Amino acid sequence: MDNLQLKKYANEVRKGIVTSTHSAKAGHPGGSLSAADVFTFLYFEEMNIDPKNPEKEDRDRFVLSKGHTAPGLYSALANRGYFPVEDLKTLRKLGSYLQGHPNMHIPGVDMASGSLGQGISAAAGMALGAKLGNKDFRVYTLLGDGEIQEGQVWEAAMFAGFRKLDNLVVIVDNNGLQIDGPVDEVCSPYPIADKFKAFNFNVVEIDGHDFDQIRSAFNNAKETKGMPTCIILKTVKGKGVSFMENKADWHGKAPNDEEYATAMADLAKIDETLC
Amino acid sequence: MADVKKIATRESYGNALKDLAEEFPQLVVLDADLAGATKTGIFKKAYPDRHIDCGIAESNMMGIAAGLALTGKIPFASSFAMFAAGRAFEQVRNSIGYPHLNVKIGATHAGITVGEDGASHQCNEDIALMRTIPGMVVMVPSDDIEAKAAVRAALEHEGPVYIRFGRAAVPVINDKPDYKFEIGKGQLVREGKDVTIVATGIMVDSAIGAAEKLAAEGIDAEIINICTIKPIDKDIIIKSAQKTGKVVTCEEHSVIGGLGSAVCEVLADEYPVKVKRIGMQDVFGESGSASDLTHKYGLDAEGVYKQVKEFV
Repeated sequence: MDNLQLKKYANEVRKGIVTSTHSAKAGHPGGSLSAADVFTFLYFEEMNIDPKNPEKEDRDRFVLSKGHTAPGLYSALANRGYFPVEDLKTLRKLGSYLQGHPNMHIPGVDMASGSLGQGISAAAGMALGAKLGNKDFRVYTLLGDGEIQEGQVWEAAMFAGFRKLDNLVVIVDNNGLQIDGPVDEVCSPYPIADKFKAFNFNVVEIDGHDFDQIRSAFNNAKETKGMPTCIILKTVKGKGVSFMENKADWHGKAPNDEEYATAMADLAKIDETLC
Repeated sequence: MADVKKIATRESYGNALKDLAEEFPQLVVLDADLAGATKTGIFKKAYPDRHIDCGIAESNMMGIAAGLALTGKIPFASSFAMFAAGRAFEQVRNSIGYPHLNVKIGATHAGITVGEDGASHQCNEDIALMRTIPGMVVMVPSDDIEAKAAVRAALEHEGPVYIRFGRAAVPVINDKPDYKFEIGKGQLVREGKDVTIVATGIMVDSAIGAAEKLAAEGIDAEIINICTIKPIDKDIIIKSAQKTGKVVTCEEHSVIGGLGSAVCEVLADEYPVKVKRIGMQDVFGESGSASDLTHKYGLDAEGVYKQVKEFV
């Protein structure tokens, strides 16, 4: 898919994030927006999936280890055709299948998540399951840079490196901010690349908003045999919405009506540049 | 009782896994550096390619098990009860229970009969923790026969299952021709009319010993073996309570949250009677031999006998 088309889809994904969190009056727009480009790339180009048959056996799997950015995942799934985009407005509401964090009742969701540090283990288990069953599907998991403060992440990294799970891609959304502030002021996870290298990962560091770099990183992961790949995405939290960019405050806060209008106007302006 | 055959249920666990491996090709076994102690080493020796040692990382092991289940495997994740149910509680809850995955947890070295290792390793809280997770089946086999039957039943059941095994060798008590195991069904071990003793795990044997002593003094105790603590067999408990009017629960576990609590919940809802809960009385254990510890904490036949006698 050409980059212009990916950018258009990514902008639609961002609109879904803003719309759903505004409607819910809650949720996590900041980290959803920083990951919107990688969500788009995964679901519109990279992964072998079929929205009409979400459970097909040989599909690639995705685990949203940073489960609080469900609005980003849901918006990507909806825009990819798993369920109606209109349903995004039901996010977090009683009776909606779009729960605050992903669960097994949502079309396209391969694993429940939300408690940080756990998704990467499940993804490693799926990758091992593929190896044991001689299946060639690939497994992708997305983590936050705050999330990797969880010890379980490193248990899983040790396991994946040791087991040479080259069908596993661990993506770290390095937007630099967590709830309490900058990650390197709260409890620094740096150097992230060296840590994954130490656990026998192939590590690629890229601009997480540049589709050429994203494509090249995932190709690199596919070509790498005998070790899992970690792709560290340098991103901007809140990317695409002017007043949310690089603000820790927008980690877990929804836009009010006025902010919603401004955000959608920002995204409309991006649309104009994509003609 | 000369020549009673004794075997630890953890041994039964390892043997059952090996024996069922051909019949259940999707069965894989996970361990966290305790394959020798949990006896999954028996399986590992026979099926090395289907045994995955996760190292000393129980939280990750539960997630690996979840991921394997999502690819169609039936993983048995094994460790000591303290680490399987305790350390990894939240992983079991969120990565296995909430998505309702087909993961089986084989937890060995439960209760105070861990013995000499002491309180840090004596898990008296696992039944309480595991039974609060929606959809989780919780089983506590009483002997070799029941332990093997429970492993098979777990494999045949679709969904998460927690099975609790012990370290110490215990007598075989279910070697009766009419013994039939079913998840959620209790066993009437001894008929009686004066008091109902509801026991689980190794405490079934203590209850049998206690009932013999009680019988010598004219107290006729009914014994019910509850292997499946969740879902619990309400009918067998209520029926017996209606007959005897007095219920004693026996478990090698805290009296808070385990079998005693589960039985009280059933009776409070359906047929309130007085209940005496025998178990660890909200205390930590200590180092000692399994037999010295069960004696000290009133969990051997003598201890159960005394407490039942006082109660009736």
